[in-house]
Amino acid sequence: MSAVLEIQGLQKTYRSRKGVRKALDGFDMVVEAGQVHGFLGPNGSGKTTTLRTLLGLIRPNGGRMAILGREVPQALPEVAGSVGAIVESPQFFGNFSARDTLSLLADAGGVQRRRVDEVLELVGLRDRAGDRVKTYSLGMKQRLAVASALLKNPRLLILDEPANGLDPGGIREMRTLMRNLAESGMTVVLSSHILGEIQLICDSVTIIAAGRRVAAGGVAEVLARHASSSVRVRLESASDLTASAGALRDVGAQVVVDADHLMVSGLAQPSAITRTLAARGVYVSELSPVSVDLESVFLELTGTAPVEGEHRQVDQTVMAPTGPAQGGWGQ
Amino acid sequence: MSLYTAETRRLTKRRFTRFFLIGVVLLLGAIAAGMFISNQKNTPAVVAEAQAKADREYQQAVVQAEAERKTCESQPGSDCTQMWQPTREDFQAEWYMPPTFNFRKNFGDMVTTLAAILAMAAFVIGASFVGAEWSSGGMMNLLLWRPQRLKVLNTKLAALLAVLTAVTVALSALWTGLFVLIANLRGTLDGMTSGAWQSYLIMELRGLVIVLAAGALGFGLASIGRHTAVAMGVAIGVVVVLQAGLGTVLAMAQVKYIEMYLAPTWIAAWMNKSVELVDYNAPCIGANCEQPTMTLTWQMAGVGLVAALVLVVGTAMWTLRKRDIT
Repeated sequence: MSAVLEIQGLQKTYRSRKGVRKALDGFDMVVEAGQVHGFLGPNGSGKTTTLRTLLGLIRPNGGRMAILGREVPQALPEVAGSVGAIVESPQFFGNFSARDTLSLLADAGGVQRRRVDEVLELVGLRDRAGDRVKTYSLGMKQRLAVASALLKNPRLLILDEPANGLDPGGIREMRTLMRNLAESGMTVVLSSHILGEIQLICDSVTIIAAGRRVAAGGVAEVLARHASSSVRVRLESASDLTASAGALRDVGAQVVVDADHLMVSGLAQPSAITRTLAARGVYVSELSPVSVDLESVFLELTGTAPVEGEHRQVDQTVMAPTGPAQGGWGQ
Repeated sequence: MSLYTAETRRLTKRRFTRFFLIGVVLLLGAIAAGMFISNQKNTPAVVAEAQAKADREYQQAVVQAEAERKTCESQPGSDCTQMWQPTREDFQAEWYMPPTFNFRKNFGDMVTTLAAILAMAAFVIGASFVGAEWSSGGMMNLLLWRPQRLKVLNTKLAALLAVLTAVTVALSALWTGLFVLIANLRGTLDGMTSGAWQSYLIMELRGLVIVLAAGALGFGLASIGRHTAVAMGVAIGVVVVLQAGLGTVLAMAQVKYIEMYLAPTWIAAWMNKSVELVDYNAPCIGANCEQPTMTLTWQMAGVGLVAALVLVVGTAMWTLRKRDIT
């Protein structure tokens, strides 16, 4: 499998009167051909900056980027015809209809006009194609943005938050569309905050925090790598929880005591739990491994899980835990 | 070429462009209608009536002057030699005629009027064409499709200038035809030699240059600020602060040739080939006590126009090349 998109050591620094902010700090990313690749990161982590830099809208301060094997931004004019992209929220001239908007883009890009109707059909805007864009809902504008990205029938499709504003039916349609496009050979890079969606439709992911890659690989691989192998333990009698926790800690386990169960990790075999507790005359009523999902991995890796009584700030991640640290204003 | 076609379509499809041009056409129509209504053709009957009125006025003036001279002479010691004696030339028939449109004498002002109105429209349309694209995000979309910043901006500018040229040429032809008609019906085309026609044609070409320059300046300013309002703000700022304010300050400071610092003077020099400025603050010179003068030529105005264009459009290109698009 060949890489359709490669980023190595990408750096972008913003300077202002408030100081210097490293939006991208040596970021790496690889997307293989034919994959649906999720690009995840908390707000302000550098996702949109990465996409804008890749597409020639922002000049990087360092690093290397390649699309379809060609170095960008130098070769961007040559590869642009094979790349369809929407970056951030969809933005169109409000007084033009969807058909006008797409036909103007088609003219500008040398795409045949009949393709306009094809993509309008594909994204479900056929019947509203003649209406002015300013009368569209956010979800309809999002569909139009996806249509504009698909107009070129690209080899690489980059979509920033494509499900934003879509209703549940629209999200499902978008999911199906992404899968169909990938099956037809198109490579799709999907930036989204809807982690359940990413887990459902993506083959691989890259997670970014504070401008750096914190995880990458196949979805299953990333989940496995970061699974905490915790086990939920319920006892016949809740009054035994505290004593049982002590016994398990004695054999080297990490134990969190909850109201009606224990969360146990750090033991190679769950059978060690039953053996230890049975030896003390305590019997287990439930012993179940806790499955890990992409959301919990994301929260763990980016350090953005909500903490009761605390208000996390936008730039506050596992890479930049507090205050005006690296990656935040004031450096 | 496909990008150029798309940008030409985009400009002409915009409702703002269409409505603004309709407004311009209505305004020009109102001016032409006003000229038609306020002028009359001098028929032989009108000329005869004016001649008779001039004669009557002359005779009355002669009688009155004679009476005043007698009164003067009746007073001992009075010097009556300097008293005004009416002449035929003081009562010309044309002064008693209703206004008539003399194409050769009056059409120059109409060409300047057309150029001024079209230049204002070109500035606003040019600014809106690129400014609305920036503020709506359309420019970013376009650059995702054609990631060649300077090519995109230059093509947009070329499309704007081409459309403005077509509109100006068409309206200039219409405007000329309309005033030929008005001159035929409510005035005269006397004196319109081939040289006079050529002179007006060249004046209209200079008007076209003003229109294109205004369009490019509006486009450039809105591109630098990435918003239509920036170009409009600069235009209003120049008019209010630099022109009205500067004029007042310079007048108070009794600066020589104040008009030289005001844009309309240079535009007049460009359109009328030259403008003579008089320094009213200086002591008069010569036997006839004349104020010193200075002449601004269309070549000097042309250099100023090119300098302004290079500065604004060049800065727009440079900023697009250098700045991030966020």
